[in-house]
Formats: sequence, structure tokens, C-alpha cells
Amino acid sequence: MNGVHDMGGMHGMGAIDAEINEPVFHAPWEGRLFALRRAMGAWRRWNIDVSRHAVEMVPPAEYLRLSYYARQFEAFLEMLLNAGFVTRSEIQTGIAASGEVKATPALTIEQAAALIAKGVPTSRDLPVAARFQVGQRVRARNMHPVGHTRLPRYARARSGTIHRDHGVFVFPDTNAHFLGEKPQHVYSVRFGARELWGEQAAEQDAVYVDLWDDYLEPARA
Amino acid sequence: MTPSISHSDDNPDHEHQTVPSDPALRVKALESLLVEKGLVDRAALDVLVDTYEHKVGPRNGARVVARAWIDGSYKTRLLSNADAAIAELGYAGMQGEHMIVLENTAKVHNLVVCTLCSCYPWPVLGLPPVWYKSAPYRSRAVIDPRGVLREFGLQLLDDVQVRVWDSTAELRYLVLPQRPSGSEELSEDSLAALVTRDAMIGVANVMAPGRGNHI
Repeated sequence: MNGVHDMGGMHGMGAIDAEINEPVFHAPWEGRLFALRRAMGAWRRWNIDVSRHAVEMVPPAEYLRLSYYARQFEAFLEMLLNAGFVTRSEIQTGIAASGEVKATPALTIEQAAALIAKGVPTSRDLPVAARFQVGQRVRARNMHPVGHTRLPRYARARSGTIHRDHGVFVFPDTNAHFLGEKPQHVYSVRFGARELWGEQAAEQDAVYVDLWDDYLEPARA
Repeated sequence: MTPSISHSDDNPDHEHQTVPSDPALRVKALESLLVEKGLVDRAALDVLVDTYEHKVGPRNGARVVARAWIDGSYKTRLLSNADAAIAELGYAGMQGEHMIVLENTAKVHNLVVCTLCSCYPWPVLGLPPVWYKSAPYRSRAVIDPRGVLREFGLQLLDDVQVRVWDSTAELRYLVLPQRPSGSEELSEDSLAALVTRDAMIGVANVMAPGRGNHI
């Protein structure tokens, strides 16, 4: 979706405000929310692409107004509701409606340690053919899906060169909408800075973007 | 119950966005609800918070960098198969499942960003700082990397090529900074102590002891 989250190349966002000796969490609730999102993710009722899209669906003005974790909280509530884990009335009252109580949470202490140590790989060891080769000239498609995508606007319809083939990965555009993993190759694509930004950019500079097969087409002659 | 203090009240200089009223209370209520329904285990939440607040952070990445500086064969492995080389030092896991290491040289400077959100190599750098997730950095790193670097105090010469890496997929990037001149006699531990988080994102260089941040 052409959301406000897709910020690469935008102007007017101001100066970078780097905090000295910044804490990992600025308040305890940020850490609890961080942990809650992982613990609920362990039920596997959604995936990382669903959770990214939920954040992108926070309305633009809210997205810009809210802090990172506040934005994630709003998105997390929507995911919990959509998955049927909680009801709006439970969130409003803070009281669980009578009903089934799970005997064992999805994420125990042991499973939390395993999650931290192993993560959740999104590569797939499948014999999917690569449509492009290293060194090949390609063009990022001029596409504007209303759903989730990881093809940033600034790269669309721009030409670049396949720098590296990362192998086969889950495709976010379908996975974010529970439409399957559609595994395919991901490439590091090198775009010259002037191809993206014109004469204002330094000629020798470049931006490398990781792009899936479905985002690319052969470069036009 | 502890009073709710929003981040913006707490740190007016470093958080220009606002949070909803009483986020602390809202998150606490949600946690209690999910515990009551048997959906989450508080002890598992504690493990997650403790790990990323106290155990995983940029000192891990600094050890990787220092090892690469003193051990040429390790550096070769790190640049060709980062996952395995980083795992040699015991670092792996969530949001570092697919690692790539980028080597800075006298002629190439690498800079890492996630324009779409906040992707960042947790096992080696921990969770990202607020500025990395902020609109100013995400919007400008790709269109004006040299301006961003100047803002961090790093003025690159024209003959240096800037490579910006946008973390749009599940690959996670760690910059291998240049080893500072004058550090030849330092031990691996002393070298690791010089390596900063910012240098491993690519917004700074590593300075030898007693040097300022200049070319």
C-alpha cells in the first residue's frame, strides 16, 4: 500500500534526533508490549508480514503522531481482535469473559529461550528457479498494490542491477494476507543514486534494495 | 499502581511523537487479560524483556568486528557466510536469521536503514534506537546519505562511494567498520571496546583512542 510508512525519499521530516545513552526501553510498558507481541505470535495465528501490515494500517496521521511502541500497540490490538483472542469488550473492561482458559500458553520459558536463540527463519529450502541472474539489468515493476508490499515507492519503475541472489524466501505480499507463502528468490538490487534521485545525487553512490522475483522484470532495452 | 508517565513527558527532547493516554495502564491491563485467559506466561515475557534489555546488544557486534580485525581468515568467513561466522562467537537468533556483513574500506562507506519500518540485526546490535526507527532517518538515509552522515559528524570525501542498504526483506545488515590507524598494538578486547553501535550501522567511523570523529 502507498502508506506513510513508505518513507524513503520524503522531505520535511526534520533533523535526526539521536539520544545519548539511550535506554533499550523508555518505559517498562514498552518492554512488556515487545514481549507480549512475541508471546502471542507463538500461537502462529499470524506471521511477521501480517504484523507489519497491521502497523502500516494505522491511519497516516496517527502513524506519524504516535511513538513507535504506541503505534505497535494499536496494531497489536487489531491483530488480537481479528484472530479472536480477545473481544472489544474485554479490552475495554480488562475483564475476561467467561469461557475457555488455555491450559498452556503458546510461549513457555523454554520456548522463549528457543525463539530468542533460533528466531523464525523465512528462507525456504525449495527448488524454486531464479528468474534473474547476478549482473543482469532489471527494472522494478511500476506497481501500486493496496495490500502489503515491500517494494518501496522510490524504487518502482527504476532500473538496477542484480548484485546478489539471497535465495528463496516467503513472499510478503501474499503472506501478509494469509494467501500463502509463494516462496521465491530475493535479490539485492543495486540502484545508482542518480537513477533514483536525479542529478542532485552523487554519481558514485548507490542504494541496494532487497527485492523479490515478483517485484522485478527484465530491464527495457 | 504506579502513575502512568508517557515517554513524551519524560523525554521532551527525544520524542516528538505522543503516546495515547496512559499507555502503561493500557498495556498492563492487556497483559493481565491475556494472562487470565491463559494465552501468555508472565515468566516467558520476563525472559524476553530481560534478554533484550540486558543481554543482547551492540557489544556482541563489537566482538564480531574486533575478531574480524585481528583474524583475516575469520574476516573472510564473515564476509562470505555471515550467519556461520557470527554463530562461531555464539550470536544468532531472532531478527538475525539471515545476516550479511558489509565491509567499509577507504573507498566504500556502507550505511544501513529500514525505510519501511525498523528492521535491524538484533543478535549483534540489540533493539534499534529511536532515531533509527524515526521518520527523519528513514526518509533521508536513501535520498541524502551524505547529509545524514554529516549530521552524525561524518564528512566523507568525494572519492568515497556511499552504499545505502535498505532492509526491505529478511536480510539483516551489519557494517564492518575500518580498523582505525594507531590501533595496531591493541588487544582484541581493547579493539572491541572502540567499536560503537553507530559505526556498525554505518553512521560513524571507529576512532582510535584519543581521536575525534574526523577524517
